[in-house]
Amino acid sequence: MQGFPFQPEQASTIARSVDYLYWFITAVTLFFTTIIFATIFYFMLKYRRRSPGERPKAIEGSLPLEILWTAIPTLIVAVIFVWSSSLYVRNAEPPKGAMEIFVTGKQWMWKIEHPEGQREINELHVPLGRPVKLTMTSEDVIHDFFVPAFRVKKDVLPGRYTSLWFEPTKVGTFHLFCAQYCGAFHAGMIGSVIVLEPDAYERWLAGGVQGESPEAAGEKLFLQQGCGTCHLADGTGPGPSLLGTYGNSVKLTTGETVTADDAYMRESILAPRAKVVAGFIPIMPSFQGQLTEEQIGNLIAYIKVLGKSQPPPPKEEGKK
Amino acid sequence: MSTATLEPRVHAPRNYLNADYGWKSWLFTLDHKRIALLYLVSITFFFIIGGSFAVLMRIQLVEPQGALVQPETYNKLFTLHGVVMIFFFLIPSIPAVLGNFLVPLMVGARDLAFPKLNLLSWYIYIVGGMFTLYSAIAGGVDTGWTFYTPYSSTYSNTQVTAVAIGVFITGFSSILTGLNFIVTIHKMRAPGLTWFRLPLFIWATYATSIIMVLGTPVLAITIFLLALEHLFHVGIFSPALGGDPLLFQHLFWFYSHPAVYIMILPAMGVVSEIIACFARKRIFGYKIVAFSSVAIAVLGFLVWGHHMFVTGQSVYAGLIFSLLSFLVAIPSAVKVFNWTATLYKGSISFDAPMLYAMGFIGLFTMGGLTGLFLASLATDVHLNGTYFVVAHFHYIMVGGAVMGYLGGIHFWWPKISGRKYPNGWAALAAAIIFIGFNLTFFPQFVLGYLGMPRRYAFYPAEFQFLNVMSSAGATILGVGYLIPLIYLIWSMRYGPVAEPNPWGATGLEWQTPSPPPTENFAEIPVVTEEAYAYDEQEAAHE
Repeated sequence: MQGFPFQPEQASTIARSVDYLYWFITAVTLFFTTIIFATIFYFMLKYRRRSPGERPKAIEGSLPLEILWTAIPTLIVAVIFVWSSSLYVRNAEPPKGAMEIFVTGKQWMWKIEHPEGQREINELHVPLGRPVKLTMTSEDVIHDFFVPAFRVKKDVLPGRYTSLWFEPTKVGTFHLFCAQYCGAFHAGMIGSVIVLEPDAYERWLAGGVQGESPEAAGEKLFLQQGCGTCHLADGTGPGPSLLGTYGNSVKLTTGETVTADDAYMRESILAPRAKVVAGFIPIMPSFQGQLTEEQIGNLIAYIKVLGKSQPPPPKEEGKK
Repeated sequence: MSTATLEPRVHAPRNYLNADYGWKSWLFTLDHKRIALLYLVSITFFFIIGGSFAVLMRIQLVEPQGALVQPETYNKLFTLHGVVMIFFFLIPSIPAVLGNFLVPLMVGARDLAFPKLNLLSWYIYIVGGMFTLYSAIAGGVDTGWTFYTPYSSTYSNTQVTAVAIGVFITGFSSILTGLNFIVTIHKMRAPGLTWFRLPLFIWATYATSIIMVLGTPVLAITIFLLALEHLFHVGIFSPALGGDPLLFQHLFWFYSHPAVYIMILPAMGVVSEIIACFARKRIFGYKIVAFSSVAIAVLGFLVWGHHMFVTGQSVYAGLIFSLLSFLVAIPSAVKVFNWTATLYKGSISFDAPMLYAMGFIGLFTMGGLTGLFLASLATDVHLNGTYFVVAHFHYIMVGGAVMGYLGGIHFWWPKISGRKYPNGWAALAAAIIFIGFNLTFFPQFVLGYLGMPRRYAFYPAEFQFLNVMSSAGATILGVGYLIPLIYLIWSMRYGPVAEPNPWGATGLEWQTPSPPPTENFAEIPVVTEEAYAYDEQEAAHE
């Protein structure tokens, strides 16, 4: 048994700013608690009953007081709201150029896949001082990725992607918890985030079992699953070309325009008829149940680089 | 608590307790006061069951690796603790026991509007309770009281259906009780008892009833859909079946956040009655306090999304839910200020009910203020799903609602039983509960901030110190709860006989004998004064 610190370690760029807000709200809490406790104790002593027959004069209330003690708390919560919300909005989007790591939650483990192909379970190695964006999904129930030292948390949902980002500011090993109850060994679905100096991280990357990179695995799947049969690069196939599609907007048969992001790609693999690209007929079969979440992630990683590694042929989208 | 101990002495005047004898006179009674006692016995039973689960949980958490049971068993313990305490103790506690007993007495009526519905609602509650007890005996359920999908609908292989049916059925009991109160308060007030002459307990009960009637059907529908998916694999919530994994949470919290106000609003009503009586003062800002109950009931329906800040909800939805959640804090704060101001220039006595009411204000203030951390987006991201949340809602629901309930029981016990209890023991129990409660739950705020997630059957060793503190506090809290159980039962036979108005309180319920006759009032009273006219009392008595 050991003592306890007053706050968890601050090991990410946002940790300190969250803690400032935390201590501000703590101060507000202490302030009001003290005022109310002190006033009650004071009144109870001062106005304690001295004889049973006492019948003090009634006081109806006071409109100025009511307005005052409605206005003051309203002002204070308005300050907290604005402070907290701007912090939240600022932290909502990962910085550009963040390193992307794919996370799959499953009863009761965390599966991690690095862009360079390293795979780990219940451990996440990251370099110091570089923003890291996690794209996460679950193979079964709802989990939640929580690193107290980074002050980040996000549910990990089956059937969709969520993401979070952090930038570690301290070398060390930090708790990774599942914070959404997920069944029998929920408490055992814990791991560590290991923050390494950049050169130590490079050594870690170079050592160990080198797996396939997600793109390479995705490329293999692309061929194995016959994706290339229809999605011809020049756009003449029955499916739209995927060159340079990722991240751009796509026009649908319904006339709507959507952004071809992870969620759209995933949906198009699992439920191809939900959002069909304008100019194409809905003939693609669903791959629901045929690919694991990791495989879907790999496929998307491959589609992502399709446009980047070679310049897209001109006017590909326009033609269709 | 058996009916035998409730039999009064031979020469007692006719009252609702000695009006009739035998089990049939209780199980087929249409008297709201007897139905209130049926509820009192049943919710006490469920409180003991739910409390026992909590005891086992706190023993488990004394050691990091789990001191008592396997994780599967622990998961069932916290699930049943939550289900029993929320659906079978807290939600019915003040409304079904004190509300049932007091609403007709306070409005000067002979009974509730629909006595048969009232009895039916107790039977419905018992049938729902039986399903839940059956599920516990038949192997338990491990989904958490929140039943999050798709875990509950497609992955858990425990007694989800039995518990779901239990909660579903019990919901109808809430709806009927709420309906009965609304109609009674609208249509059966004594002559002269205008809306703004009503005791604040009636206002609070009215606001609660609105939530019960409007919110509970949503819970029923949600649970029905859950059962549909669990039993017949209709894809509603599970993505594997084509459902939406978050839909359940939206529906569930649309009821379950307002349900928090079902638990706390009646306690606020009780506290208003107690403070007025023991400070001999009209509640400061009566109308503001009355309307703040209604404001809480309405706003309470618009804040459910704050349970879902980390689900990947859109940033804009998060902002709106955060703002609305901050707003609902305002009427609660205003109530606390008004209660405090009521003490000003009062004539304050420290009888046991007042100590409970003061305990309520203290713990509710801390519970309410710690809600700010969770309404605030940036801090909620860190605290969501940790022990901070557990501590926060126990301050509201145990520190607040249970303290209010016990205050109410102590305040109206002479009226209910016709007997007085030993005030010294009652004051001691209030102090022990207050201290034990803080020792149990305050460390959990720190645990949560340090990052310990809730619903962990075992945990990293660094969290042990605070967990041991919490378990030690729980022992004290448990003793605190046992003491009133003992002296209240004792008082039914051995307590001094209570006069009609032992506290010198205003309010129609004190103008009839203790215990009241079956028809409540010999003659329906005519009301000519405001509520809490303690200064008028002086003129009348001297």
